[in-house]
Amino acid sequence: MNGADAIIKCLENEKVEVVYGYPGVAICPFYNSILNSDIKTVLIRTEQNAAHAASGLTRTSGGPGVCAVTSGPGATNLITGIATAYADSIPLICITGQVTTDLLGSDGFQEADITGAVESFVKYSYLVKNVNDIPRIFKEAFYIANSGRKGPVLIDIPFDIQTAEIKNFKYPDEVKLRTYKPTIKGNALQIKKAVTALEKAKRPLICVGGGVILGGAVKELRKFVEEYRIPVVSTMMGISAMPTEHELYYGMVGNNGSPAANRAMKEADFIMLVGARVADRAVNQPEIVMKDTVLVHIDVDPAEIGKNADFSIPIVGDSKSIFKDLNEYEVDCFCADWISTLNEYREKLVVKRKTNSKYVDPAQFITKLSRKMKNDGIYVADVGQNQIFSCRYHIVKEGRFLTTGGMGTMGYSIPAALGAKVGNPKKQVVCVCGDGSFQMSMMELATIKQYDINIKIIVFKNNFLGLVRQYQHFNYKDKYSVTELEGTPDLEKLASAYDINFIKITKNDQIDDAIDKFLKKDEAYLMEVDIDPMDLV
Amino acid sequence: MNKKVIQLLVDNTSGVLSRISNLFSRRGYNIESITAGVTADPRFTRITIVTSGDNTVLEQIEKQVEKLVDVRNVKVLEPDSSVYRELCLVKVACDSTNRNDIMLFAENIFHGKIVDVTTKSIVVEVTGKQTTIEAFLNMLDGYEILELARTGITGLSRGYEDVVVL
Repeated sequence: MNGADAIIKCLENEKVEVVYGYPGVAICPFYNSILNSDIKTVLIRTEQNAAHAASGLTRTSGGPGVCAVTSGPGATNLITGIATAYADSIPLICITGQVTTDLLGSDGFQEADITGAVESFVKYSYLVKNVNDIPRIFKEAFYIANSGRKGPVLIDIPFDIQTAEIKNFKYPDEVKLRTYKPTIKGNALQIKKAVTALEKAKRPLICVGGGVILGGAVKELRKFVEEYRIPVVSTMMGISAMPTEHELYYGMVGNNGSPAANRAMKEADFIMLVGARVADRAVNQPEIVMKDTVLVHIDVDPAEIGKNADFSIPIVGDSKSIFKDLNEYEVDCFCADWISTLNEYREKLVVKRKTNSKYVDPAQFITKLSRKMKNDGIYVADVGQNQIFSCRYHIVKEGRFLTTGGMGTMGYSIPAALGAKVGNPKKQVVCVCGDGSFQMSMMELATIKQYDINIKIIVFKNNFLGLVRQYQHFNYKDKYSVTELEGTPDLEKLASAYDINFIKITKNDQIDDAIDKFLKKDEAYLMEVDIDPMDLV
Repeated sequence: MNKKVIQLLVDNTSGVLSRISNLFSRRGYNIESITAGVTADPRFTRITIVTSGDNTVLEQIEKQVEKLVDVRNVKVLEPDSSVYRELCLVKVACDSTNRNDIMLFAENIFHGKIVDVTTKSIVVEVTGKQTTIEAFLNMLDGYEILELARTGITGLSRGYEDVVVL
């Protein structure tokens, strides 16, 4: 057995079912060994998308997704994908080939110091120098990636380590890390304090972030808020922790959020922030929120607490474990008045839109699309105006909403959607992008075709980088610089070149029929939706 | 801007120092000095960092460093309950007329050692608290310092209570 065989054995032990990647000589031993395994491989068309695809899989199936690419440019191309996962705390295992150990540091062909280059975007990284370390390193890597505050781990493996013989392969049963011990259980005293403060509160609110979903705490959260009738808002990464039309859910907070949710944040006298880092886009001015509010901050990462906002009661631990503990309490919470106030806000404070009847209205389109989607469908939004429209108008039922909230990487949606679909072949996966973000990932149409990955792609076409155009409209008096997307290919011809179904709509009255056709069968589909270039979101 | 001495006990893995200094640079924390050396147990390295910032920043530094996978323990060395030492080597130009003066205050007052002498220069080693070293360097005012090397401070907490058993 050689090092590459050992890696595959490690992946099998971790129940990995699919590897996304792009080979090159430096990773060839790995891709040779994988032929003897049941692990599926998907040849993605550019390395960055291998990381996004693994991210899509991770977020819809649990364990860390795996991608494997070659050394040098293969590895450096992966960095944006890794950084995207890191910003959203998505666990990934990224395997990179490397030049042989005797050439390390000599600027050999396709050598890049990838562990050095990704240092600020990974939770941890390894450069394997001894083939016998492979089992231990993989065991540790999966554990580190998927515990505490989750994140990507990179393993760089020189060619000669992949081909070296390994003696006595044994996959360790447990990790022995002397220095890494994340806190899981919340401090009982702090939890009690939080409950006491909640009982005193007249206007309590729970704000959920991506940590609730990553921690697998969705069930426990819903049980808690339903039992004691506590209103909930979410950050962008927290969307789909609650069904959109849940009576206790008031939408997304932040400068692109719903007015009712932001009003709730301002007026609450008790906010329980769970698995959210209060970043600049989510809460405009953290200090305003804080004025007279009791802030309970629950996060698995102690460094997040107090980083962007002052807190009254910090609780470090895993969101699922803490909600389980909270569910043990009998909470006396009477906030019927507060809820009726919030219901009023939800009804009255709506974003008013000016629409142009010459085009399709994306708000209407997304609402109709989500009504017609299956209950457990997966919706992936890209970055740009399409992302904000999606956050605002997509109605989550029991499915998942995926997007990159932290890094805001254009081109995320198609690879993430195909990654999710490979892991959930029976589920409906719809991705929504703009014509800008589509062109950053349109090479993946070939991957979709090659492996029959039946995702549904919607392209909002306005021949502009819409969100930047909007910024130039407000801040530079409509002087558009480098935001006009001339030269976009004819999408119908493009779809036909890839032999993928295509449909195009230009008016609101075409929406219903088009979506029905688009969603009807489990087959890949590309839909062009022409929207107003001058629309503001 | 407060000064703080932070001591880390870290796994002695390759690249551990770069992971730590990288964290400081990317989050914009200051490093005034950094020293590292293996402990009695060769699996671990002890790193002493002198840093500065307001209280929020200092608190974040502790938390962010603690998060690194290789870091076993983070300790703040408070001035009252710790000892700090720094070593300084200084090469001073001198000749027969003033060599004795330098030797006199270096050895007698600052408990320094003369580690090298030539007809044109002398190398003095002084170890002590940073204030002692500053005072010694002040005494060299008026002499020509040819070369100066300082280690930055290293330290230990006093007493037995907070020892991390490996």
